Amino acid sequence: MVNSILTAALIIILLALLISLIRFLKGPSTVDRVISFDVMTISSIALIALIAYFSNRIIYLDVAIVYGLLSFLGVLIVARYIERGL
Amino acid sequence: METLKIIGAIITLIGSIFLFLGALGLLRMPDVYTRIQAGTKASTLGTILSLLGIGMIIPGWYGKIIILIVFVLLTNPVSSHVLARAAHYIGIPLSDKTIVDKLEVVEKLKVDKLKEESPELKTISNFSPQNK
Repeated sequence: MVNSILTAALIIILLALLISLIRFLKGPSTVDRVISFDVMTISSIALIALIAYFSNRIIYLDVAIVYGLLSFLGVLIVARYIERGL
Repeated sequence: METLKIIGAIITLIGSIFLFLGALGLLRMPDVYTRIQAGTKASTLGTILSLLGIGMIIPGWYGKIIILIVFVLLTNPVSSHVLARAAHYIGIPLSDKTIVDKLEVVEKLKVDKLKEESPELKTISNFSPQNK
């Protein structure tokens, strides 16, 4: 029961990643692409947590923490580059 | 114990539905600012609900999951705010249905004050952040 509900959640998160990938490829400006990249990363944190549940390893949550930190720094650096150059 | 696990799984499912709706708003909204609004807020709530559900299913993982929730809650609004300010600074146009833009008024006031303080800037006709 629990496993089947979580599998449905996994499929819905994969659909969300696919839809934001469409905006990433289509987006007219740079900011659109950065925003869709940010949404993809945040969805991936939930996806990594689900994978950690399915493979029953707590060490995968550390991967999610580092991933979120790197995406935050990346978005900040790209926004600074857009605003006043490196 | 089993009911707690099922409640956690349902909370994870609700969170993933929020993530999906955020991505859908990202695809359908008309301009950059509304896309930032839809995408970031919905995906923050969705991630927090998903992590809380997994923490209810396996109670031993609460430490790292609370660290992740606090991290997402602190960093996500900051990145969306910085991106919206950068988008307004380089002059990406707003949607046609926008009624008021207060940030533009504030930036215009700042530019006027800068022109009064330093007279050599008056020779530059289009000194404005919008025209960069």
